[in-house]
Amino acid sequence: MDVKTGFFYLFSVVLLFAAFRVITARNPVHAVLFLMLAFSQAAGVWLLLQAEFLAITLVLVYLGAVMVLFLFVVMMLDINIDSVRQGFWRHFPLAATVGALIALEMAAVLMGGFRVTEEPKIVAAAGEAAVRGGQHSNSKALGKLLYTEYLYPLQIAAVILLVAMIAAIALTLRKRKDTKHVNPSEQVRVRAEDRLQIVKLVATRPGVAEVISAEAVEEKKK
Amino acid sequence: MTLTLGHFLSLGAMLFALAVIGIFLNRKNLIVLLMAIELMLLAVNMNFVAFSHYLGDMHGQVFVFFILTVAAAESAIGLAILVLLFRNKSSINVDELNTLKG
Repeated sequence: MDVKTGFFYLFSVVLLFAAFRVITARNPVHAVLFLMLAFSQAAGVWLLLQAEFLAITLVLVYLGAVMVLFLFVVMMLDINIDSVRQGFWRHFPLAATVGALIALEMAAVLMGGFRVTEEPKIVAAAGEAAVRGGQHSNSKALGKLLYTEYLYPLQIAAVILLVAMIAAIALTLRKRKDTKHVNPSEQVRVRAEDRLQIVKLVATRPGVAEVISAEAVEEKKK
Repeated sequence: MTLTLGHFLSLGAMLFALAVIGIFLNRKNLIVLLMAIELMLLAVNMNFVAFSHYLGDMHGQVFVFFILTVAAAESAIGLAILVLLFRNKSSINVDELNTLKG
């Protein structure tokens, strides 16, 4: 058993344990943290498979962005754990049966069919060349494919991400009614006559009451 | 004992089975359902990468790249809907989401 096999079993055991804890953890925050552990172990397995670029992408994009998003949402929501956990073990026999069936069937077929599939000679040679300081680069090979043969799908993927971003923002945006905010566009569009009304008044004419009182004074003198 | 393709495919199968069990167990908790879907996608990606390595074909890894993209978009929108749901119903219990009467 060489080092690679040992690492494979280490990563696999931790990965499966983390996945098990994800689905059984009582606290959703713990579930997210175990999911992060599971993804990091999967990145390790992918490194064993010489998919370096995807392993790093998994760590950066999934652990760095998506899982943190999950963590934000889980911490923001005030989840009533008891009501959510109600009837948790009621479905366990059915779930265990289905799960074991899937795993056993797939393992039987796959181990029967693909046990003999050893690493192809080309890939092994490329790996050895990389170890010796050769020029084989996983990122370069992937990039060449992505930017030539898969150029249009790449653009579509970019559009999908844009749509997802806009959709997420549009869904969660809410107008608060209790804030005293100003509308900038109305502010800019305002004209002078909307704000200022000029009323014509003759300022120099004496007021009526004043004239009457002046007349009364004169009558008293008489 | 060297590693064969079967080892990696079996790992993917076990991961997928665990995710299926998780969907059965956490039928009420929407957020853990989303996490189980992420685990399923990871299992599928594992198979793609394993085949890509053992058959010496890079196209599998390109496919994983696109699956990662779509999964990120999916989880972002899913979480946005979850937040919206919690704002309106103050709960993420799946049993209470029956207003559509489907």
